[in-house]
Amino acid sequence: MIPAAFDYVRAESADDAVAQLAEHGEDAKLLAGGMSLLPLMKLRLATPTVLIDLGRVRDLSYVRDAGDHVAIGALTRHRDVETNDVLERECGVIRAVAAQVGDNQVRHRGTIGGSVAHGDPRSDLAAALLALDATFVAQGPAGDREIPASEFFNGFLETALAPDELLREIRVPKSGPNGFAFEKFNVRAQDFAIVGVVAARADGATRVGLIGMGSTPLRATGVEQALAQGASPADAAAHAAEGTEPTTDLNATPEYRSHLARVLVRRALEAL
Amino acid sequence: MRIAITVNGAAQAHDVEPRTLLVQYLREACALTGTKVGCDTSSCGACTVLVDGESVKSCTMLAAQADGANVMTIEGLADGDEWHPVQQAFHEHHGLQCGYCTAGMVMAAVSLLEEIPDPTEHDVRLGIEGNLCRCTGYHNIVESVLAAAQMKKS
Repeated sequence: MIPAAFDYVRAESADDAVAQLAEHGEDAKLLAGGMSLLPLMKLRLATPTVLIDLGRVRDLSYVRDAGDHVAIGALTRHRDVETNDVLERECGVIRAVAAQVGDNQVRHRGTIGGSVAHGDPRSDLAAALLALDATFVAQGPAGDREIPASEFFNGFLETALAPDELLREIRVPKSGPNGFAFEKFNVRAQDFAIVGVVAARADGATRVGLIGMGSTPLRATGVEQALAQGASPADAAAHAAEGTEPTTDLNATPEYRSHLARVLVRRALEAL
Repeated sequence: MRIAITVNGAAQAHDVEPRTLLVQYLREACALTGTKVGCDTSSCGACTVLVDGESVKSCTMLAAQADGANVMTIEGLADGDEWHPVQQAFHEHHGLQCGYCTAGMVMAAVSLLEEIPDPTEHDVRLGIEGNLCRCTGYHNIVESVLAAAQMKKS
């Protein structure tokens, strides 16, 4: 399968990428690692007329300790996230979740920013960043804009990023090396989760992110409220599917996904 | 567009369409057909090659993205008549049945052993999760990779 024809240009820097987006308009797409976009283009579900390759923009690949949070450059590859010492120490959950994205080959190419900007409800990292109340820094023609994770995911493959904006940095509040659990239910090891759960303790509260339970990554707010009121893991987990709208596909019905969410949340909370 | 890629140590330069996939480039422009197209959806890993030493699925990378890179395919692994330890181990431990997944499986294993030189069986099984063998010959493939790690150490 070959993508539809497109013009290919390279961005030399973040500023250059934003300038090229402005120049080429809404039919242009940014290419990071390509692990989500290229499969869509091969199926011709995405047919950008201009592809702006960010592969040479190396200064957006970094992980920095920034005091109360860890700053991750949007073009940091999953491999570099999963092997990063700062993240292991200050935000172990992100490191651990990145280590289970796709397979080795995917993690060698795919980037954290590309994964998030794609807006897939099955993205492990998106659910983890949502659970941790991360902040996304978008760069546009008018400068930088901070978007809270709770306002970032708008719908299936839709985010709050404007067509002329580049996701530049992800800021994750520190949650320490431990105190998290990640449950990923799938048929084959490398697959997307049918349903996944990220649970993490931070600031004295337990946060729970859900993968595959709607058109966006979700917070299990019913579970979080029950825990805050002193519920046991088993009792809190009964609220896992509240407010979710899981879809039907080859793998699962909404009823089965809801069942999985309750079981996986209970397992995650018991493992915390 | 003009791209220049070092493939198995040899400089290659070609005019390609931007939408040319790396696997297509290797097979059609470079005539290196050892790299197979399997699922063509980045699921099966048959098209795995090394780009700057790391395993990637060449059906899900544009040739243009590899411009300026060092690419290694199964054809570049042996040193003259001497097989790479991973090739030798697959031969000795019967790590292949029909052979279709083998080139990708071997390249994934080479990359894995660079990252984890002394892997456990669990490390190997996780490390090749992106490579499918429809003959389900995983047992001997895992044995082969473990044996290759021992060979590389000695």
